[in-house]
This record gives sequence, structure tokens and C-alpha cells, in this order.
Amino acid sequence: MSAQADLAARSRLTPEQNRALQRSPRQCLRHGFVQALPFILVLLPFGMLFGVVSSDAGLDLGQILGFTVLVLAGASQFTAVQLMIDQAPALVVIVSAVAVNLRMAMYSASLVPWLGGARPRDRAWISYALIDQSYALAIQHYEKHPRLNLDQRIGYFLGAVLATCPFWLAATLLGVWLGNAIPQGWALDFAMPITFLALIAPLLRSPSHLAAALVAVLASLVFAFLPSGLGLFLAAPLAMLAGAGVEVLMERRNGARQ
Amino acid sequence: MTGYSDATIWLIILAVALGTYGLRWSFLGVFGGRPMPLWAQRLLRYTAVGVLPAIVAPLVVWPAATQGAPDPARMIAACVAVAVGVATRNVLASILGGMATLYAALYLIT
Repeated sequence: MSAQADLAARSRLTPEQNRALQRSPRQCLRHGFVQALPFILVLLPFGMLFGVVSSDAGLDLGQILGFTVLVLAGASQFTAVQLMIDQAPALVVIVSAVAVNLRMAMYSASLVPWLGGARPRDRAWISYALIDQSYALAIQHYEKHPRLNLDQRIGYFLGAVLATCPFWLAATLLGVWLGNAIPQGWALDFAMPITFLALIAPLLRSPSHLAAALVAVLASLVFAFLPSGLGLFLAAPLAMLAGAGVEVLMERRNGARQ
Repeated sequence: MTGYSDATIWLIILAVALGTYGLRWSFLGVFGGRPMPLWAQRLLRYTAVGVLPAIVAPLVVWPAATQGAPDPARMIAACVAVAVGVATRNVLASILGGMATLYAALYLIT
């Protein structure tokens, strides 16, 4: 891009986008960290609950930490422990708990255009720390600021990870030590849905994104009777097809008009 | 945890960890800098709006805290969170709006 064209493109950006572009990778890290802080509200009760449930189930501290550090995926950890409480065969436990995480493969794929150029070492730790919260936060940031460079994107992701993953571990430990200390009246069960909705809303910026979200909602409700993780794995691809389909239709209509 | 030996429990932990890491690493690790086919990029643009609402919708309609009974307070809070998010494009404002609505609605309704 010539300098002139670059300047013209820059002047079309919002002040917020310009500010984001001028951040150093270190400032991006801090930015991601701060923006991820509200998620502690979600991770704290959820992680504590895992600590409570898994120690009630008879896992020792090492095993509980093993789950939290090595698996690092709440829903899947709960699935595994629940099935172990039900005395399911080990293979069933493993397959179910991994299946709950199938969405991670979709996250991984959708980050390729943004982070695929990173060094293998960076892609290795990014993969490890790819949890719902870090993914959701990063993808809405990247889509809002598409001109960020790779280092800025990695910095932001690392910031989001540092504000979430250590707290997941701390919350699990708190749960093991404190037991059921959080009063139900705080309704923190709903912090997770609310924070996800807050991340989705800014993404609903075109008819195709709206269509995808609508199909996701309807399909997930229709498939809710299926075992955990499976309904999502049907609903999400349907929603993605709907989004891509509407995008193609809109392009055709725009093409016909020109 | 009767019925599982320590070795079996660690086997389960390690297998779930490896499987999960494999899923997370899959595309990022394999594709790396190579561009994805255009149709795949088109689909993947909708990953976030396809997955996240599908995780949340059942939790909003059948909340765990009410043993799955639909709860007006939680539904109103969810609607406010989306509305604030769409209007302001601000994640934090949306979270605060949603949680404030939830507390207000729980206080007023129950």
C-alpha cells in the first residue's frame, strides 16, 4: 500500500481504532489484561465449584490441580468428574470430556487468519491457553481492529490469558479449601451467560452475523436434549453455514446492483 | 473416588489433557501461516457468533440455578446485556448493565 493510500485508509478509522493501532505490544498486553478482568467474576465461582465438586468426589489435591492445569477447560473438567462420580468406564470419561471441547477446534481454525503467522512456539502456548474467555475476547478485538499487527495481536491475547488462566487455578484452590462459601443470592451462576452475551453483542454488526447468531440460538435450544457438547457441535456449524450463506446472498445482490 | 486406581485417574487426566490440547492446537498448529481456502475463511468468520450464542441460549432459557425452570429475571437481564452491548459496543457496559438488571429483577420479582 502506498503511503498516501495508507494515510487515506487511516483517516477513515475511528479514534478508538487509531488508538489501538498505536499501542506497543506491551501496551496491548496491558489492554487485553484490563479488558479480561471482568471474567474473573465468571471464573471465580465456576472454578471454586470445580474445587468443591472434585474434592467431594474424592480426588486428591494433585489430581485436582492436574485437571485444572493440564486440561484447563471448565466444562470438560466437570464432565469428567461427573462421569467419574457415576463410575463410568475410563474410556467413556475420556471420550466425553474431550468431546465437550470440540468447539476448541473451531476456535483454533477461526484464529488461523489472525495468529497463524506466529512462530510455532507462540502458536503452541496460544493453543494451550485457548479458553472460551481468551478466545471470545481476542476475536472480537481482532475483528474490531483488523489492522493490528501480529505482535499487537499476540500481546493482547497474552494479556487476556494472564487475567484469566491464573485465576482459574486460584479459584479451584479456593474451592478445595473453602468449600461452598459463595452465597447463592449473588446469582453468580448467571455471570457466565451475561459475559458471553456482552462479547457477542458487539459482533452482531451485519445481517449475516445476526443470521448466524439467530440460528445458533434456535438450533442450540432444539438440540438441547442431546448429551452435553453434542448439541453445540450440531448448532454451531449450522449457524456458521447460515452466516456464510447470508454473506454470499448479500454479495450476489450487491453484485447484481452494480 | 472408589472404583478407580490412582493410575487410572491420572490416565484419564492425561488423556483428556492431550485430547483437548490436540483440538486447540489442530488448525493453528497445522495451517500456520498458510492461507485457508476462501470458503473456509468465509465459514470461520462466523465461529464466534455461531458457538457463543449456542452455549449461552440454553443457559438463559433453562438456568441451572432454578433447576431448569425458565426465570423471567434472568431472561430480562440477558436481553438488557445484549441491548446495551449492541447499542454501546462496550463489553464492560454490557456486563454491568446485565448484572445490575439481574439483581434489580431478582429483588423486584422474588
